[in-house]
Amino acid sequence: MLEAQGLFCERDDRVLFQRLDFSLFGGQVMQIQGSNGSGKTTLLRILCGLNTDYEGRILWDNQPIQEMRTQFRDNVFFLGHAPAINKSLSPLENLRWFCASRGVSDNGDIPAALAAFGLAGYEDVPCYVMSAGQQRRVSLARMKLIPAKMWILDEPFTALDKRGVAELETMLAAFVKEGGALMLTTHHPLQLQCPITVVDLDRSNDEADNS
Amino acid sequence: MMNNPRMGLGSVIVATVRRELLLAFRSPGDVINPLMFFIIAVTLFPLGGGADSEFLSGIASGVIWVTTLLAIMFSMESLFRADYEDGSLEQLLMSPQPLYFLLLAKVLSHWLVACLPILILAPFFAAMLALPAAGILPLILGLLAGTPTLCLLGAIGMALTVGLSRSGLLLAVLILPLYIPVLVFGTGMVSAALGSLPYTGLLALMGAMLVLAICLSPLAIAAALRISVN
Repeated sequence: MLEAQGLFCERDDRVLFQRLDFSLFGGQVMQIQGSNGSGKTTLLRILCGLNTDYEGRILWDNQPIQEMRTQFRDNVFFLGHAPAINKSLSPLENLRWFCASRGVSDNGDIPAALAAFGLAGYEDVPCYVMSAGQQRRVSLARMKLIPAKMWILDEPFTALDKRGVAELETMLAAFVKEGGALMLTTHHPLQLQCPITVVDLDRSNDEADNS
Repeated sequence: MMNNPRMGLGSVIVATVRRELLLAFRSPGDVINPLMFFIIAVTLFPLGGGADSEFLSGIASGVIWVTTLLAIMFSMESLFRADYEDGSLEQLLMSPQPLYFLLLAKVLSHWLVACLPILILAPFFAAMLALPAAGILPLILGLLAGTPTLCLLGAIGMALTVGLSRSGLLLAVLILPLYIPVLVFGTGMVSAALGSLPYTGLLALMGAMLVLAICLSPLAIAAALRISVN
């Protein structure tokens, strides 16, 4: 589904990663590992097309991603560091616009999606009165609303409580079981009932240095 | 849940405008600040320059135009700032929908929120500045054609500077030169009308600038936003 060939990225004269190759298929989980500042977020943003300071090739369905932008965006859900939740709006209003901005009709699914993240009854509460964890859940509820074949999640477990973490893990495992491709960064020990491919940015850089 | 029907582009635009208006309604400062700036700045001219109606009528159209222009420039700050800070902008850039229309809808809603109230008040303030009746219609027509252009141009500057924490002066330096043609033609229309000359040619030119801005500036805004998010 998604393939990277010889990715190289440098920031402030420091090489974040080089000669990075991997491919991600449906039904597969890929965890990007690395210490703080090793370029995990940068890598995810590069794959999403939000960052263009890189060398190498990224392929989507075997085509260069630049030529597949619309298909790619149609099929990818990205969760960044920032929650992308406007605090003056309620969860319902936030998610309604999110669906609309992606051209997906929400069909009244939003309350169900919020309920799946334990936010039943919070539909019309302004987001500024919600806690960081609750805002995170609103942010996560988006992935229930759009048809995406690939989820790219940057630290999805941040600010979630123990039960939230377990619920999210179940949800991720179900998504992968249905054939979805999942790429994520996390410092939390993942407990998914499926095999996990690990890409270690620290190690890839060391190996490249030694060779 | 995975097979929801697709929305047409029209409903995408309507939803975007609705969200922006809702946001403006929740934080009324975005509506009130430009309007208050306009009212206060225009009111200061008779106080500072003397209430001589001959003097005022000479500067009336210029004062209205310049204060409108500055009010728009100051209001630009709110256009992408919140979306940039909370990450909504990233989601917008990753939308499979054409960014062109999403951005056009955003700027249109900004115009509705920041400019329309000024436009409604402008004739009254023009009368306060003793602008002769013949100048009022060209002033309003000019503002109607010119302010959307100003919003679109300002949005380019704002998109470029949204990543900087303090973009105020830089924004002014970037976009004020682009505002000059609109200002010149806008005030030119009023002077022409006061001199009993036809002003439709100038209005047509302003219309042409608006069309050009609608066609091209969303592309520039999109490119600038991608750079800012990068």
